[in-house]
Amino acid sequence: MLSINNIHTRYGAIKALRGITLEVQEGEMVALIGVNGAGKSTTLATIAGVLHPVEGTITFLGESIVGKPPETIARKGISLVPEGREILASLTVEENLRLGAFIRRNHQEYLKDVEENFALFPILKERLRQLGGTLSGGEQQQLAIARALMSHPRLLMLDEPSLGLAPLIVDQIFDLIKTLHNRGVTILLVEQNVERTLEIVDRAYLLHTGTIQTSGSAKQVRSQVDIEGVYLGDLKRD
Amino acid sequence: MLTLDFLINAISLGSLYAMIALGLVIVYGILKLVNFAYGELIMVAGYGLYVLGSLTSLPWFAIAILAVLVAVVTSYATELVAFRPVRTKSLTAMLVTSFAVSTLLQNAALLIISPRARAVPLPAIFSQSVAIAGLNIPIRNILTIVTALALLGALTLLLKYTVLGIALRAAADNFKMTRLLGVPANLVISVAFIISGFFAGVVALFWTGRTASVTPTIGLAPLLIAFVACVIGGMTNLLGAVVGGYVYGIVYSLLSLWLPQYLLDYREAFMFLIVILILLFRPSGLIRGNTTSERIG
Repeated sequence: MLSINNIHTRYGAIKALRGITLEVQEGEMVALIGVNGAGKSTTLATIAGVLHPVEGTITFLGESIVGKPPETIARKGISLVPEGREILASLTVEENLRLGAFIRRNHQEYLKDVEENFALFPILKERLRQLGGTLSGGEQQQLAIARALMSHPRLLMLDEPSLGLAPLIVDQIFDLIKTLHNRGVTILLVEQNVERTLEIVDRAYLLHTGTIQTSGSAKQVRSQVDIEGVYLGDLKRD
Repeated sequence: MLTLDFLINAISLGSLYAMIALGLVIVYGILKLVNFAYGELIMVAGYGLYVLGSLTSLPWFAIAILAVLVAVVTSYATELVAFRPVRTKSLTAMLVTSFAVSTLLQNAALLIISPRARAVPLPAIFSQSVAIAGLNIPIRNILTIVTALALLGALTLLLKYTVLGIALRAAADNFKMTRLLGVPANLVISVAFIISGFFAGVVALFWTGRTASVTPTIGLAPLLIAFVACVIGGMTNLLGAVVGGYVYGIVYSLLSLWLPQYLLDYREAFMFLIVILILLFRPSGLIRGNTTSERIG
């Protein structure tokens, strides 16, 4: 479905990605793990078109998407829930959801999707008329995911969905990601919480300084992380 | 004494200034660009009135609609030809571009038409008055207020209840995220320029109506007014522009009323003194927006 070959991405003079190659199959849940600065978020931003790679190819559903603007990539079915959630703070919850459905344009389906989202995220129904900026962190994360789902993405990319949330809320978010995966949503997940992530994903890539260190099934990567435990120190804490 | 005719006059001036400011800030909100060519949109609409008025025998209302259209098309064209190619460069590049567009349009008017003032057609009602409670109220003032309220209402409906409007607000809030949701950058920016041109066109009808003429530099004064109104109200949201426009217009009218005769020439100085005071206590304007000042490309 998504296939990335040898991408290099720069932030000015700094080379953040040095040849990342990875693949996501339809229906899979794949994780990118690694310490801060390994290039996980940069990889997602490059796929979404926020950053453009200086080298390499990205193919989605058999079509090259390198160099395309983010709105075009979103229309092709890739939805990114960025780190920090990026809720549209001055818009209400409802308006956030409506904008999530921007590329769909069918009002009947929109209403149906909103109802489905309420089943998954009951809190959003209560907060419907509230401004996005007034929600708590956990609620904002739920809104960010709900907003992404409104576009019926073929591939959902989640960047650090549990970051900065209370442990109880983190449980909820992981349960939610599992539920989405069981429903057949293809997910590319970036997470700091390696233990929890490897419990729920099918496969994982371990990134380090912009390259892929290890990849394989969750189990294989898991044993690698254990072996290299020293160097992944703070990742293994929880 | 604050009489009814004074109040209507002051609110009318405020309404005009609010419309002027809105046209500037709708583009600023999204691009963080102070479009210095905004005044020239008012100018081209003014020349639209003049040309159509002298070459055709269309009724004033038809000429007015076409003149507004001239401003809309010009605004959209400047976005397409001048601003879009430099958008991903620096903000400075955009600012310089807006100066270039401004100069270019002014000189085009000088060359093609004339440096001298040209008469624009006015409808009869612009010079008529209506008697309310024994006072003579110019109909133009009432029309200005009604037009401003209608446009503010229409813009509010657009921004609140249409997906495009929500996208415009979202783009002013977080442009990158808005694009990640599939909203094309070019679409929202074009729409912002089109709305800006529309406001400039409508403003031109009333602005040229005051002297019944148009000159190549007619856009300078409204540009300054828009800028000051935005500074008073706050640059980061549309409500700020509206409030700033009304505050500016009404305070300016009060100064005209209250200042003694020998100080009337210094109205502008007093006005800017008040602006400085406002900024001392509310540095980001009367209305604080919750949008970031991050620029997009």
